[in-house]
Amino acid sequence: MKVEQISVFLENKAGRLAEVTRVLGEAGVNIRALSLADTTDFGILRLIVDKYDTAREVLKSKGFTVGKTEVVAIEVPDRPGGLASVLATLAQAGINVEYMYAFVQHSGKNAVIIFRFDNLDDAISILQKEGIHIYRGEEVYKL
Amino acid sequence: MIFDSEHETLPREALEGLQLRRLQAVVERVYHLVPFYRRRLDEVGVKPEHIRTLADLELLPFTTKQDIRDNYPFGMFAAPMEQIVRLHASSGTTGKPTPVGYTQRDLDTWAELIARTLTAGGVHRGDIVHIAYGYGLFTGGLGFHYGAERLGAAVIPVSGGQTRRQIMLIQDFGPNVICCTPSFALYLAEVGQEMGVDFKETKLRVGFFGAEPWSEAMRTEIESRLYLDALDIYGLSEIIGPGVGVECLEAKSGLHLWEDHFLPEIIDPATLERLPAGETGELVITTLTKEAFPLLRYRTRDVTSLTYNPCKCGRTLARMSRIQGRSDDMLIIRGVNVFPSQIESVLMDVPGVAPHYQLIVEREGHLDTLEVRVEVDEAVFSDEVKGLQTLAQRIERRIKDYLTVSVKVKLVEPRTIPRSEGKAQRVIDRRGQ
Repeated sequence: MKVEQISVFLENKAGRLAEVTRVLGEAGVNIRALSLADTTDFGILRLIVDKYDTAREVLKSKGFTVGKTEVVAIEVPDRPGGLASVLATLAQAGINVEYMYAFVQHSGKNAVIIFRFDNLDDAISILQKEGIHIYRGEEVYKL
Repeated sequence: MIFDSEHETLPREALEGLQLRRLQAVVERVYHLVPFYRRRLDEVGVKPEHIRTLADLELLPFTTKQDIRDNYPFGMFAAPMEQIVRLHASSGTTGKPTPVGYTQRDLDTWAELIARTLTAGGVHRGDIVHIAYGYGLFTGGLGFHYGAERLGAAVIPVSGGQTRRQIMLIQDFGPNVICCTPSFALYLAEVGQEMGVDFKETKLRVGFFGAEPWSEAMRTEIESRLYLDALDIYGLSEIIGPGVGVECLEAKSGLHLWEDHFLPEIIDPATLERLPAGETGELVITTLTKEAFPLLRYRTRDVTSLTYNPCKCGRTLARMSRIQGRSDDMLIIRGVNVFPSQIESVLMDVPGVAPHYQLIVEREGHLDTLEVRVEVDEAVFSDEVKGLQTLAQRIERRIKDYLTVSVKVKLVEPRTIPRSEGKAQRVIDRRGQ
């Protein structure tokens, strides 16, 4: 039920993001989803890729600081209020969302949202109880 | 104006006679009262009676800050605690402060030398002296305080901080004299300008600025913005605190050293050879009259030169040029001594932080800023912004607690701090640019 996300520390200077994507492209790694958190001094790039191990290896070899985080990919109805109902369920259960971002998807009626929770296992069991679809890791990497 | 015309204008020959008698007494004192010096002198086979002329000073070993640290806290004191009435301390290089002690006679000497210092700037009884050096363990505040009282001037013991309130006091209480760091003087000018204060309207007449390096350009700026005469002072807590030397108002050309209490030499910091007058090197001082904490040939690490040419103020004492730099890696940030090794030891205490760091010193407006660049490796990396911001703040807080200086921590990517010959270039000081 958990998806492996790779995170990369970036200084706020020109060309760093380009360098990450270039390194991954040359290694044949495809980026499935990404988000960039930025502050005045630094950024944190979070990525879901098709080949986690390869991505981690090539980025590390290029000197990037790389972290691994487990996140959850949830299927959300692609209509007004779709995300709101999922978030309301989580709020009622007292689950805090650390951050979230949307997935790139070519087709289909539903959106895929990546969530990072402070308490991952509780969040998963609540979402399952509510009948919300959670993607398995392998599904996400191939989407 | 001269406070102690007997000692400040002694003919060189008489001064050297006095220096020799006092040097002999201090060597005698430390040889018998400080085990560290007994050992050092025995090692080189020198006995107090071997000091027959001033040139014999060269027989004596040097003392370094490391020696003081090795004898922490009071191992170098030459007086028992029963006779010590005051302790001060400066920041050390590795976390422990460098303590210094004073007997009552030492405090009297100190007050006397500050009274000389103030008088060299034309201060007299009836003047009001605004002391904005920090009070506390730092010698600046209390040193000037008792010297100004000795002179009979009225003291405003305002200490540091609360800039707007200080400006209000300068307007309302009307001090004629101000004592602070040169950067704080310029900060006062700036804040005063924002508040719409015309310093021409205040009674400030002369300022005594020191505890950090400054320049002739800064003097010109301070003088034109605060409408006063800006004098350079010199001192260090190991020797006594402020009150080692000062420029006279008449010449503003070199700092007169109170040579009857402190015997100066200039050495080449590489060869440790003594250099002749006029040449630039490291200042070495032997305290001639201190009881509690006498030091033989203490290496100040300050780079300067000496001249013995007569000064138009009438003093016969040697003059030292403005401090030109350091012969070690010490930085002075807003008056606080900072060694890169201190920052390093703080970083080492933060779990997971790599010992790769770089210090960027800049001057924003007139205040020094210190940026500490820390490489982020996997041990401390977090995919959440707040995780990394908390890390940066934790390091900032620890450095502030430890060094009393505010810094900004900047997290950088690994291996972005340049290494040269396997060793990182630790300090980039852009203040002179």
